[in-house]
Amino acid sequence: MRLTGYNLVKPDIFPRVVGLGYLGMLLFLPIAAIFWRTFEHGVAPVIAALSAPEAVHALWLTLLIVAIAVPLNTVFGILGALTLTRGWPPLRSLLDIVIDVPFAISPVVVGLALLLVYGRMGWFGGWLADHGIRVIFALPGMVLATIFVGLPFVIREVAPVLREVGLEQEQAAETLGASPWQTFIRITLPCVRWGLGYGVVLTSARALGEFGAVSVVAGHIAGVSQTLTLYVDDRFQSFDMTGAYAASIVLAMLALATLLLMNRLVDRERNYEH
Amino acid sequence: MQDARALAWPSGVLRRGLGTNLLVPGLFLTYLSVIVLLPLAAVVASAKTAGSGALWHAMASPAAKAALGLSLGSSIVVALINAIMGTIIAWMLVRDSFRGKAAVNAVIDLPFALPTIVAGLVLLALYGHDSPFGVNVAYTRAGILLALLFVTLPFIVRSVQPVLIEVDREMEEAAESLGAGRWSIFTRIILPSLLPAIISGAALSFARAVGEFGSLVLISGNIPFKTQVASVYIFGQIESGDLAGAAATSTLLLLLSFTVLFGLRALNWVQSREA
Repeated sequence: MRLTGYNLVKPDIFPRVVGLGYLGMLLFLPIAAIFWRTFEHGVAPVIAALSAPEAVHALWLTLLIVAIAVPLNTVFGILGALTLTRGWPPLRSLLDIVIDVPFAISPVVVGLALLLVYGRMGWFGGWLADHGIRVIFALPGMVLATIFVGLPFVIREVAPVLREVGLEQEQAAETLGASPWQTFIRITLPCVRWGLGYGVVLTSARALGEFGAVSVVAGHIAGVSQTLTLYVDDRFQSFDMTGAYAASIVLAMLALATLLLMNRLVDRERNYEH
Repeated sequence: MQDARALAWPSGVLRRGLGTNLLVPGLFLTYLSVIVLLPLAAVVASAKTAGSGALWHAMASPAAKAALGLSLGSSIVVALINAIMGTIIAWMLVRDSFRGKAAVNAVIDLPFALPTIVAGLVLLALYGHDSPFGVNVAYTRAGILLALLFVTLPFIVRSVQPVLIEVDREMEEAAESLGAGRWSIFTRIILPSLLPAIISGAALSFARAVGEFGSLVLISGNIPFKTQVASVYIFGQIESGDLAGAAATSTLLLLLSFTVLFGLRALNWVQSREA
Protein backbone atom coordinates (compact mmCIF):
# COMPACT_ATOMS: atom_id res chain seq x y z
CA MET A 1 0.00 0.00 0.00
CA ARG A 2 1.45 3.28 -1.10
CA LEU A 3 0.30 6.47 0.54
CA THR A 4 2.46 8.86 -1.42
CA GLY A 5 1.87 9.74 -5.06
CA TYR A 6 0.53 13.14 -5.78
CA ASN A 7 -2.55 12.09 -7.66
CA LEU A 8 -3.53 9.66 -4.95
CA VAL A 9 -3.42 12.43 -2.38
CA LYS A 10 -5.18 14.95 -4.57
CA PRO A 11 -7.07 13.40 -7.46
CA ASP A 12 -6.63 15.52 -10.55
CA ILE A 13 -9.95 16.40 -12.09
CA PHE A 14 -8.58 18.21 -15.16
CA PRO A 15 -7.95 15.25 -17.52
CA ARG A 16 -11.29 13.70 -16.63
CA VAL A 17 -13.29 16.84 -17.38
CA VAL A 18 -11.42 17.65 -20.58
CA GLY A 19 -11.23 14.02 -21.77
CA LEU A 20 -14.86 13.16 -21.13
CA GLY A 21 -15.99 16.52 -22.50
CA TYR A 22 -14.07 15.96 -25.71
CA LEU A 23 -15.28 12.35 -26.08
CA GLY A 24 -18.83 13.49 -25.37
CA MET A 25 -18.83 16.14 -28.08
CA LEU A 26 -16.98 14.03 -30.64
CA LEU A 27 -18.22 10.53 -29.98
CA PHE A 28 -21.01 9.93 -27.44
CA LEU A 29 -23.45 12.69 -28.36
CA PRO A 30 -23.20 12.20 -32.15
CA ILE A 31 -23.75 8.43 -31.74
CA ALA A 32 -26.75 9.10 -29.50
CA ALA A 33 -27.99 11.65 -32.06
CA ILE A 34 -28.01 9.18 -34.93
CA PHE A 35 -30.01 6.66 -32.89
CA TRP A 36 -32.42 9.38 -31.87
CA ARG A 37 -32.85 10.65 -35.44
CA THR A 38 -33.35 7.14 -36.79
CA PHE A 39 -36.09 6.24 -34.35
CA GLU A 40 -37.54 9.77 -34.06
CA HIS A 41 -40.76 8.64 -35.75
CA GLY A 42 -40.86 5.15 -34.29
CA VAL A 43 -39.65 1.78 -35.47
CA ALA A 44 -42.12 1.29 -38.35
CA PRO A 45 -40.49 3.68 -40.89
CA VAL A 46 -37.10 2.13 -40.14
CA ILE A 47 -38.38 -1.38 -40.80
CA ALA A 48 -40.11 -0.19 -43.97
CA ALA A 49 -36.90 1.46 -45.17
CA LEU A 50 -34.89 -1.68 -44.47
CA SER A 51 -37.39 -3.88 -46.32
CA ALA A 52 -36.89 -1.97 -49.58
CA PRO A 53 -35.58 -4.47 -52.17
CA GLU A 54 -32.48 -2.30 -52.81
CA ALA A 55 -31.67 -2.23 -49.08
CA VAL A 56 -32.07 -5.99 -48.73
CA HIS A 57 -29.94 -6.58 -51.80
CA ALA A 58 -27.27 -4.20 -50.54
CA LEU A 59 -27.09 -6.09 -47.25
CA TRP A 60 -26.78 -9.46 -49.00
CA LEU A 61 -24.12 -8.15 -51.38
CA THR A 62 -22.14 -6.78 -48.44
CA LEU A 63 -22.36 -10.11 -46.61
CA LEU A 64 -21.37 -11.98 -49.79
CA ILE A 65 -18.28 -9.80 -50.23
CA VAL A 66 -17.36 -10.33 -46.56
CA ALA A 67 -17.86 -14.09 -47.01
CA ILE A 68 -15.38 -14.16 -49.89
CA ALA A 69 -12.82 -11.55 -48.81
CA VAL A 70 -12.44 -12.45 -45.13
CA PRO A 71 -11.61 -16.19 -45.54
CA LEU A 72 -9.13 -15.35 -48.30
CA ASN A 73 -7.45 -12.70 -46.16
CA THR A 74 -7.42 -15.14 -43.22
CA VAL A 75 -5.70 -17.98 -45.10
CA PHE A 76 -3.24 -15.75 -46.92
CA GLY A 77 -2.80 -13.69 -43.75
CA ILE A 78 -1.52 -16.77 -41.93
CA LEU A 79 0.82 -17.51 -44.85
CA GLY A 80 1.91 -13.86 -44.72
CA ALA A 81 2.56 -14.00 -40.98
CA LEU A 82 4.64 -17.17 -41.41
CA THR A 83 6.62 -15.50 -44.19
CA LEU A 84 7.07 -12.36 -42.12
CA THR A 85 8.38 -14.20 -39.06
CA ARG A 86 10.29 -17.12 -40.57
CA GLY A 87 11.01 -16.36 -44.21
CA TRP A 88 14.24 -15.40 -45.87
CA PRO A 89 15.59 -12.51 -43.72
CA PRO A 90 15.99 -9.85 -46.48
CA LEU A 91 12.46 -10.63 -47.65
CA ARG A 92 11.25 -10.25 -44.06
CA SER A 93 12.56 -6.71 -43.63
CA LEU A 94 11.14 -5.70 -47.01
CA LEU A 95 7.75 -7.23 -46.19
CA ASP A 96 7.72 -5.50 -42.82
CA ILE A 97 7.50 -2.18 -44.67
CA VAL A 98 5.27 -3.33 -47.56
CA ILE A 99 2.65 -5.02 -45.36
CA ASP A 100 1.40 -1.73 -43.91
CA VAL A 101 1.06 -0.04 -47.29
CA PRO A 102 -2.70 -0.73 -47.58
CA PHE A 103 -3.18 1.20 -44.31
CA ALA A 104 -1.29 4.22 -45.62
CA ILE A 105 -3.17 4.56 -48.89
CA SER A 106 -6.31 6.55 -49.53
CA PRO A 107 -9.21 4.20 -50.36
CA VAL A 108 -9.80 6.18 -53.54
CA VAL A 109 -6.25 5.46 -54.67
CA VAL A 110 -6.85 1.75 -53.96
CA GLY A 111 -9.85 1.85 -56.29
CA LEU A 112 -7.90 3.74 -58.94
CA ALA A 113 -5.03 1.24 -58.72
CA LEU A 114 -7.38 -1.68 -59.38
CA LEU A 115 -9.00 0.25 -62.23
CA LEU A 116 -5.61 0.77 -63.88
CA VAL A 117 -4.84 -2.96 -63.82
CA TYR A 118 -8.20 -4.70 -64.22
CA GLY A 119 -10.31 -1.94 -65.85
CA ARG A 120 -11.23 -1.69 -69.52
CA MET A 121 -8.21 0.49 -70.29
CA GLY A 122 -6.03 -1.27 -67.72
CA TRP A 123 -3.01 -3.53 -68.07
CA PHE A 124 -5.05 -6.76 -68.11
CA GLY A 125 -8.24 -5.08 -69.35
CA GLY A 126 -7.92 -6.27 -72.95
CA TRP A 127 -7.14 -9.85 -72.03
CA LEU A 128 -9.97 -9.99 -69.48
CA ALA A 129 -12.46 -8.52 -71.97
CA ASP A 130 -11.41 -11.04 -74.63
CA HIS A 131 -12.17 -13.86 -72.23
CA GLY A 132 -15.45 -12.34 -71.17
CA ILE A 133 -14.34 -11.74 -67.58
CA ARG A 134 -15.68 -8.61 -65.96
CA VAL A 135 -13.77 -7.45 -62.88
CA ILE A 136 -14.37 -3.72 -62.61
CA PHE A 137 -17.98 -2.57 -62.10
CA ALA A 138 -18.73 -6.14 -60.99
CA LEU A 139 -18.41 -8.37 -57.93
CA PRO A 140 -14.76 -9.47 -58.49
CA GLY A 141 -13.58 -5.85 -58.44
CA MET A 142 -15.49 -5.10 -55.24
CA VAL A 143 -14.01 -8.22 -53.63
CA LEU A 144 -10.48 -7.25 -54.77
CA ALA A 145 -10.93 -3.77 -53.27
CA THR A 146 -12.16 -5.25 -49.98
CA ILE A 147 -9.25 -7.69 -49.85
CA PHE A 148 -6.76 -4.90 -50.55
CA VAL A 149 -7.86 -2.66 -47.68
CA GLY A 150 -8.11 -5.52 -45.16
CA LEU A 151 -4.98 -7.46 -46.07
CA PRO A 152 -2.66 -6.40 -43.22
CA PHE A 153 -4.93 -7.09 -40.21
CA VAL A 154 -4.48 -10.87 -39.81
CA ILE A 155 -0.76 -10.66 -40.58
CA ARG A 156 -0.21 -7.88 -38.03
CA GLU A 157 -2.12 -9.76 -35.30
CA VAL A 158 -0.69 -13.24 -35.94
CA ALA A 159 2.97 -12.39 -36.62
CA PRO A 160 3.83 -11.18 -33.08
CA VAL A 161 2.22 -14.29 -31.56
CA LEU A 162 4.21 -16.56 -33.87
CA ARG A 163 7.37 -14.70 -32.94
CA GLU A 164 6.66 -15.10 -29.23
CA VAL A 165 5.67 -18.78 -29.40
CA GLY A 166 8.84 -19.71 -31.25
CA LEU A 167 9.60 -23.03 -32.88
CA GLU A 168 10.15 -25.42 -29.96
CA GLN A 169 6.67 -26.93 -29.88
CA GLU A 170 6.60 -27.39 -33.64
CA GLN A 171 9.99 -29.01 -33.54
CA ALA A 172 8.88 -31.31 -30.75
CA ALA A 173 5.86 -32.36 -32.81
CA GLU A 174 8.11 -33.02 -35.74
CA THR A 175 10.46 -35.09 -33.61
CA LEU A 176 7.48 -37.21 -32.69
CA GLY A 177 6.76 -37.83 -36.35
CA ALA A 178 4.05 -35.30 -37.16
CA SER A 179 3.70 -34.17 -40.77
CA PRO A 180 3.94 -30.41 -41.52
CA TRP A 181 0.16 -30.25 -42.01
CA GLN A 182 -0.50 -32.05 -38.69
CA THR A 183 1.95 -29.74 -36.95
CA PHE A 184 0.21 -26.72 -38.40
CA ILE A 185 -3.30 -27.86 -37.45
CA ARG A 186 -2.47 -29.18 -33.98
CA ILE A 187 0.33 -26.91 -32.80
CA THR A 188 0.67 -23.67 -34.76
CA LEU A 189 -3.01 -22.86 -35.23
CA PRO A 190 -4.05 -23.39 -31.57
CA CYS A 191 -1.11 -21.22 -30.45
CA VAL A 192 -2.18 -18.25 -32.55
CA ARG A 193 -5.95 -18.66 -32.18
CA TRP A 194 -6.75 -15.52 -30.16
CA GLY A 195 -4.52 -13.29 -32.27
CA LEU A 196 -6.02 -14.84 -35.37
CA GLY A 197 -9.55 -14.32 -34.04
CA TYR A 198 -8.79 -10.65 -33.34
CA GLY A 199 -7.34 -10.23 -36.81
CA VAL A 200 -10.40 -11.86 -38.42
CA VAL A 201 -12.76 -9.56 -36.49
CA LEU A 202 -10.80 -6.48 -37.59
CA THR A 203 -10.77 -7.72 -41.20
CA SER A 204 -14.53 -8.33 -41.10
CA ALA A 205 -15.25 -4.88 -39.66
CA ARG A 206 -13.17 -3.26 -42.37
CA ALA A 207 -14.80 -5.40 -45.07
CA LEU A 208 -18.32 -4.56 -43.86
CA GLY A 209 -17.61 -0.86 -43.77
CA GLU A 210 -15.36 -0.24 -46.76
CA PHE A 211 -16.66 2.61 -48.85
CA GLY A 212 -14.09 4.55 -50.89
CA ALA A 213 -12.26 1.73 -52.66
CA VAL A 214 -15.45 -0.19 -53.39
CA SER A 215 -17.13 3.02 -54.53
CA VAL A 216 -14.55 3.50 -57.30
CA VAL A 217 -14.77 -0.03 -58.71
CA ALA A 218 -18.50 -0.65 -58.17
CA GLY A 219 -21.02 0.25 -60.83
CA HIS A 220 -23.32 2.04 -58.34
CA ILE A 221 -26.39 0.35 -59.78
CA ALA A 222 -29.04 0.09 -57.07
CA GLY A 223 -30.09 -3.50 -56.51
CA VAL A 224 -27.10 -4.80 -58.51
CA SER A 225 -23.70 -3.50 -57.45
CA GLN A 226 -24.51 -1.49 -54.35
CA THR A 227 -23.13 -2.51 -50.97
CA LEU A 228 -24.69 -1.26 -47.75
CA THR A 229 -22.21 1.63 -47.38
CA LEU A 230 -22.82 2.69 -50.99
CA TYR A 231 -26.55 2.45 -50.29
CA VAL A 232 -26.20 4.88 -47.35
CA ASP A 233 -24.47 7.36 -49.65
CA ASP A 234 -27.08 6.87 -52.38
CA ARG A 235 -30.01 7.43 -49.99
CA PHE A 236 -28.35 10.54 -48.51
CA GLN A 237 -27.70 12.02 -51.97
CA SER A 238 -31.36 11.41 -52.92
CA PHE A 239 -32.51 13.17 -49.72
CA ASP A 240 -34.05 9.98 -48.32
CA MET A 241 -32.79 10.51 -44.79
CA THR A 242 -34.94 7.73 -43.32
CA GLY A 243 -33.32 5.22 -45.67
CA ALA A 244 -29.83 6.59 -45.01
CA TYR A 245 -30.27 6.52 -41.22
CA ALA A 246 -31.86 3.05 -41.23
CA ALA A 247 -29.03 1.49 -43.24
CA SER A 248 -26.50 3.35 -41.06
CA ILE A 249 -28.02 1.91 -37.93
CA VAL A 250 -27.57 -1.62 -39.30
CA LEU A 251 -23.91 -0.85 -39.99
CA ALA A 252 -23.51 0.82 -36.59
CA MET A 253 -24.97 -2.23 -34.82
CA LEU A 254 -22.57 -4.48 -36.74
CA ALA A 255 -19.72 -2.18 -35.65
CA LEU A 256 -20.84 -2.37 -32.01
CA ALA A 257 -20.99 -6.16 -32.23
CA THR A 258 -17.46 -6.13 -33.64
CA LEU A 259 -16.32 -3.96 -30.76
CA LEU A 260 -17.83 -6.30 -28.16
CA LEU A 261 -16.17 -9.27 -29.83
CA MET A 262 -12.82 -7.45 -29.90
CA ASN A 263 -13.03 -6.75 -26.18
CA ARG A 264 -13.97 -10.36 -25.46
CA LEU A 265 -11.02 -11.62 -27.49
CA VAL A 266 -8.60 -9.28 -25.74
CA ASP A 267 -9.86 -10.52 -22.37
CA ARG A 268 -9.50 -14.13 -23.43
CA GLU A 269 -5.98 -13.50 -24.65
CA ARG A 270 -5.08 -11.90 -21.35
CA ASN A 271 -6.55 -14.76 -19.32
CA TYR A 272 -4.83 -17.24 -21.56
CA GLU A 273 -1.45 -15.59 -21.06
CA HIS A 274 -1.55 -15.37 -17.29
CA MET B 1 20.74 -31.67 -28.94
CA GLN B 2 21.05 -29.50 -32.00
CA ASP B 3 23.23 -32.10 -33.71
CA ALA B 4 20.93 -34.97 -32.89
CA ARG B 5 17.98 -33.15 -34.44
CA ALA B 6 19.93 -32.23 -37.54
CA LEU B 7 21.04 -35.83 -37.97
CA ALA B 8 17.56 -37.22 -37.59
CA TRP B 9 15.86 -34.75 -39.95
CA PRO B 10 18.33 -33.69 -42.54
CA SER B 11 15.78 -32.48 -45.05
CA GLY B 12 12.63 -31.83 -43.03
CA VAL B 13 10.55 -28.84 -44.04
CA LEU B 14 10.00 -28.12 -40.40
CA ARG B 15 13.58 -27.95 -39.30
CA ARG B 16 13.39 -24.19 -39.20
CA GLY B 17 9.63 -24.11 -38.78
CA LEU B 18 6.65 -23.88 -41.07
CA GLY B 19 7.00 -21.04 -43.51
CA THR B 20 10.67 -21.49 -44.29
CA ASN B 21 10.03 -23.58 -47.40
CA LEU B 22 9.27 -21.98 -50.74
CA LEU B 23 5.57 -22.80 -50.87
CA VAL B 24 4.31 -20.49 -48.11
CA PRO B 25 6.19 -17.32 -49.13
CA GLY B 26 5.54 -18.09 -52.78
CA LEU B 27 1.78 -18.31 -52.35
CA PHE B 28 1.67 -15.23 -50.17
CA LEU B 29 3.83 -13.10 -52.45
CA THR B 30 1.68 -14.04 -55.46
CA TYR B 31 -1.43 -12.93 -53.55
CA LEU B 32 0.22 -9.70 -52.41
CA SER B 33 1.46 -8.93 -55.92
CA VAL B 34 -1.80 -9.55 -57.74
CA ILE B 35 -3.88 -7.53 -55.29
CA VAL B 36 -1.58 -4.85 -53.88
CA LEU B 37 1.79 -4.45 -55.58
CA LEU B 38 0.82 -4.68 -59.25
CA PRO B 39 -2.06 -2.19 -58.95
CA LEU B 40 0.13 0.27 -57.03
CA ALA B 41 2.82 -0.04 -59.67
CA ALA B 42 0.15 0.75 -62.24
CA VAL B 43 -0.66 4.03 -60.47
CA VAL B 44 2.94 5.19 -60.48
CA ALA B 45 3.50 3.90 -64.03
CA SER B 46 0.51 5.68 -65.49
CA ALA B 47 1.43 8.88 -63.68
CA LYS B 48 4.79 8.57 -65.44
CA THR B 49 3.51 7.63 -68.89
CA ALA B 50 1.01 10.47 -68.79
CA GLY B 51 3.98 12.58 -69.82
CA SER B 52 7.06 13.70 -67.97
CA GLY B 53 5.30 16.88 -66.97
CA ALA B 54 2.14 15.17 -65.70
CA LEU B 55 3.19 15.29 -62.05
CA TRP B 56 4.06 18.95 -62.39
CA HIS B 57 0.88 19.56 -64.28
CA ALA B 58 -1.09 17.87 -61.48
CA MET B 59 0.62 20.09 -58.97
CA ALA B 60 0.29 23.17 -61.11
CA SER B 61 -3.47 22.79 -61.53
CA PRO B 62 -4.87 25.30 -59.03
CA ALA B 63 -7.71 22.99 -57.94
CA ALA B 64 -5.34 20.07 -57.33
CA LYS B 65 -2.93 22.30 -55.46
CA ALA B 66 -5.73 23.63 -53.27
CA ALA B 67 -7.06 20.11 -52.60
CA LEU B 68 -3.66 18.68 -51.69
CA GLY B 69 -2.90 21.74 -49.60
CA LEU B 70 -6.16 21.41 -47.70
CA SER B 71 -5.56 17.71 -47.02
CA LEU B 72 -2.00 18.39 -45.89
CA GLY B 73 -2.94 21.35 -43.69
CA SER B 74 -5.96 19.78 -42.02
CA SER B 75 -4.05 16.53 -41.42
CA ILE B 76 -1.29 18.42 -39.63
CA VAL B 77 -3.83 20.27 -37.47
CA VAL B 78 -5.61 16.98 -36.71
CA ALA B 79 -2.34 15.26 -35.76
CA LEU B 80 -1.52 18.14 -33.36
CA ILE B 81 -4.98 18.20 -31.73
CA ASN B 82 -4.84 14.41 -31.39
CA ALA B 83 -1.41 14.61 -29.78
CA ILE B 84 -2.86 16.75 -26.99
CA MET B 85 -6.35 15.29 -26.62
CA GLY B 86 -5.20 11.70 -27.15
CA THR B 87 -2.62 12.05 -24.38
CA ILE B 88 -5.18 13.57 -22.02
CA ILE B 89 -7.67 10.75 -22.75
CA ALA B 90 -4.98 8.09 -22.33
CA TRP B 91 -4.02 9.70 -19.01
CA MET B 92 -7.63 9.69 -17.87
CA LEU B 93 -7.99 6.02 -18.78
CA VAL B 94 -4.80 4.97 -16.97
CA ARG B 95 -4.42 7.26 -13.97
CA ASP B 96 -7.96 8.28 -13.15
CA SER B 97 -10.72 6.08 -11.86
CA PHE B 98 -14.42 6.75 -12.13
CA ARG B 99 -17.65 4.88 -12.75
CA GLY B 100 -18.02 3.65 -16.29
CA LYS B 101 -14.33 3.93 -17.12
CA ALA B 102 -14.27 0.40 -18.58
CA ALA B 103 -17.14 1.29 -20.91
CA VAL B 104 -15.41 4.51 -22.02
CA ASN B 105 -12.25 2.51 -22.65
CA ALA B 106 -14.13 0.01 -24.78
CA VAL B 107 -15.88 2.67 -26.85
CA ILE B 108 -12.64 4.46 -27.81
CA ASP B 109 -12.17 1.99 -30.70
CA LEU B 110 -15.63 2.66 -32.13
CA PRO B 111 -14.33 5.07 -34.81
CA PHE B 112 -12.20 2.22 -36.19
CA ALA B 113 -15.11 -0.21 -36.21
CA LEU B 114 -17.68 2.20 -37.61
CA PRO B 115 -17.86 2.45 -41.43
CA THR B 116 -16.50 5.83 -42.53
CA ILE B 117 -19.66 6.80 -44.41
CA VAL B 118 -21.63 6.21 -41.20
CA ALA B 119 -19.10 8.32 -39.29
CA GLY B 120 -19.89 11.24 -41.62
CA LEU B 121 -23.61 10.74 -41.16
CA VAL B 122 -23.27 10.41 -37.37
CA LEU B 123 -21.54 13.80 -37.19
CA LEU B 124 -24.11 15.40 -39.50
CA ALA B 125 -26.91 14.08 -37.30
CA LEU B 126 -25.66 16.35 -34.50
CA TYR B 127 -23.70 19.08 -36.28
CA GLY B 128 -25.62 19.24 -39.58
CA HIS B 129 -28.08 21.79 -40.94
CA ASP B 130 -30.78 20.99 -38.35
CA SER B 131 -28.40 20.66 -35.42
CA PRO B 132 -30.12 20.88 -32.01
CA PHE B 133 -27.14 23.03 -30.86
CA GLY B 134 -27.46 25.33 -33.86
CA VAL B 135 -23.93 24.36 -34.91
CA ASN B 136 -23.83 23.64 -38.63
CA VAL B 137 -20.45 22.43 -39.88
CA ALA B 138 -21.70 20.86 -43.14
CA TYR B 139 -19.69 22.07 -46.15
CA THR B 140 -17.14 23.87 -43.98
CA ARG B 141 -13.51 23.27 -43.15
CA ALA B 142 -14.49 22.91 -39.49
CA GLY B 143 -16.62 19.95 -40.59
CA ILE B 144 -13.61 18.40 -42.29
CA LEU B 145 -11.55 18.77 -39.13
CA LEU B 146 -14.35 17.28 -37.03
CA ALA B 147 -14.68 14.24 -39.30
CA LEU B 148 -10.92 13.69 -39.37
CA LEU B 149 -10.70 14.00 -35.56
CA PHE B 150 -13.47 11.41 -35.27
CA VAL B 151 -11.89 8.77 -37.50
CA THR B 152 -8.37 9.21 -36.05
CA LEU B 153 -9.39 9.39 -32.36
CA PRO B 154 -8.04 5.96 -31.30
CA PHE B 155 -4.51 6.25 -32.74
CA ILE B 156 -2.76 8.27 -30.03
CA VAL B 157 -4.93 7.02 -27.15
CA ARG B 158 -4.04 3.43 -28.04
CA SER B 159 -0.34 4.10 -28.58
CA VAL B 160 0.12 6.17 -25.38
CA GLN B 161 -2.03 4.03 -23.06
CA PRO B 162 0.27 0.95 -22.82
CA VAL B 163 3.35 3.14 -22.33
CA LEU B 164 1.67 5.10 -19.56
CA ILE B 165 0.74 1.85 -17.79
CA GLU B 166 4.39 0.78 -17.80
CA VAL B 167 5.79 4.14 -16.58
CA ASP B 168 7.62 3.79 -13.29
CA ARG B 169 5.77 5.77 -10.61
CA GLU B 170 8.71 5.92 -8.22
CA MET B 171 10.45 8.63 -10.22
CA GLU B 172 7.34 10.77 -9.94
CA GLU B 173 7.10 10.16 -6.21
CA ALA B 174 10.77 11.02 -5.79
CA ALA B 175 10.32 14.24 -7.76
CA GLU B 176 7.28 15.10 -5.69
CA SER B 177 9.08 14.53 -2.42
CA LEU B 178 11.79 16.87 -3.68
CA GLY B 179 9.14 19.53 -4.12
CA ALA B 180 8.45 19.40 -7.86
CA GLY B 181 5.07 20.70 -8.95
CA ARG B 182 2.62 18.62 -10.97
CA TRP B 183 3.32 20.40 -14.21
CA SER B 184 7.07 20.01 -13.93
CA ILE B 185 6.65 16.34 -12.98
CA PHE B 186 4.56 15.85 -16.10
CA THR B 187 6.76 17.75 -18.52
CA ARG B 188 10.12 16.60 -17.18
CA ILE B 189 9.51 13.02 -16.11
CA ILE B 190 6.41 11.60 -17.77
CA LEU B 191 6.28 13.40 -21.10
CA PRO B 192 9.77 12.35 -22.29
CA SER B 193 8.86 8.69 -21.93
CA LEU B 194 5.52 9.18 -23.69
CA LEU B 195 6.93 11.21 -26.56
CA PRO B 196 7.85 8.32 -28.92
CA ALA B 197 4.33 6.89 -28.57
CA ILE B 198 2.76 10.31 -29.11
CA ILE B 199 4.85 10.89 -32.23
CA SER B 200 4.10 7.50 -33.73
CA GLY B 201 0.37 7.88 -33.02
CA ALA B 202 0.41 11.38 -34.51
CA ALA B 203 2.13 10.09 -37.65
CA LEU B 204 -0.48 7.34 -38.04
CA SER B 205 -3.27 9.93 -37.59
CA PHE B 206 -1.65 12.09 -40.22
CA ALA B 207 -1.31 9.25 -42.74
CA ARG B 208 -4.91 8.24 -42.18
CA ALA B 209 -6.25 11.80 -42.36
CA VAL B 210 -4.38 12.81 -45.49
CA GLY B 211 -6.10 10.12 -47.57
CA GLU B 212 -9.44 10.01 -45.76
CA PHE B 213 -12.47 9.77 -48.03
CA GLY B 214 -15.60 8.08 -46.68
CA SER B 215 -16.27 10.31 -43.68
CA LEU B 216 -15.67 13.47 -45.75
CA VAL B 217 -17.92 12.67 -48.72
CA LEU B 218 -21.12 13.78 -47.01
CA ILE B 219 -19.73 16.45 -44.70
CA SER B 220 -17.27 18.35 -46.92
CA GLY B 221 -19.62 19.26 -49.75
CA ASN B 222 -16.71 19.13 -52.22
CA ILE B 223 -16.52 22.88 -52.92
CA PRO B 224 -13.38 23.51 -55.04
CA PHE B 225 -10.78 25.75 -53.33
CA LYS B 226 -12.79 25.66 -50.11
CA THR B 227 -13.70 22.20 -48.88
CA GLN B 228 -12.41 19.90 -51.63
CA VAL B 229 -9.86 17.50 -50.14
CA ALA B 230 -7.37 15.48 -52.17
CA SER B 231 -9.19 12.13 -52.06
CA VAL B 232 -12.50 13.64 -53.16
CA TYR B 233 -10.69 15.58 -55.89
CA ILE B 234 -9.12 12.32 -57.18
CA PHE B 235 -12.52 10.65 -57.07
CA GLY B 236 -13.85 13.45 -59.29
CA GLN B 237 -10.97 12.97 -61.73
CA ILE B 238 -11.76 9.24 -61.96
CA GLU B 239 -15.47 9.91 -62.48
CA SER B 240 -14.71 12.30 -65.35
CA GLY B 241 -12.47 9.69 -66.98
CA ASP B 242 -9.16 11.46 -66.38
CA LEU B 243 -7.33 8.39 -65.09
CA ALA B 244 -3.87 9.72 -65.90
CA GLY B 245 -4.54 12.93 -63.99
CA ALA B 246 -5.98 10.91 -61.10
CA ALA B 247 -2.85 8.76 -61.11
CA ALA B 248 -0.63 11.84 -60.99
CA THR B 249 -2.51 13.38 -58.05
CA SER B 250 -2.58 9.97 -56.32
CA THR B 251 1.18 9.63 -56.69
CA LEU B 252 1.65 12.96 -54.93
CA LEU B 253 -0.73 11.87 -52.16
CA LEU B 254 1.13 8.56 -51.82
CA LEU B 255 4.42 10.44 -51.55
CA LEU B 256 2.97 12.53 -48.70
CA SER B 257 1.76 9.60 -46.60
CA PHE B 258 4.78 7.38 -47.33
CA THR B 259 7.19 10.16 -46.36
CA VAL B 260 5.52 10.39 -42.97
CA LEU B 261 5.32 6.62 -42.42
CA PHE B 262 8.90 5.93 -43.50
CA GLY B 263 10.09 8.95 -41.55
CA LEU B 264 8.44 7.36 -38.52
CA ARG B 265 10.12 4.01 -39.23
CA ALA B 266 13.49 5.74 -39.47
CA LEU B 267 12.83 7.60 -36.22
CA ASN B 268 11.94 4.38 -34.41
CA TRP B 269 15.01 2.71 -35.82
CA VAL B 270 17.32 5.51 -34.69
CA GLN B 271 15.73 5.46 -31.23
CA SER B 272 16.05 1.70 -30.85
CA ARG B 273 19.72 1.97 -31.82
CA GLU B 274 20.29 4.67 -29.24
CA ALA B 275 18.57 2.68 -26.53
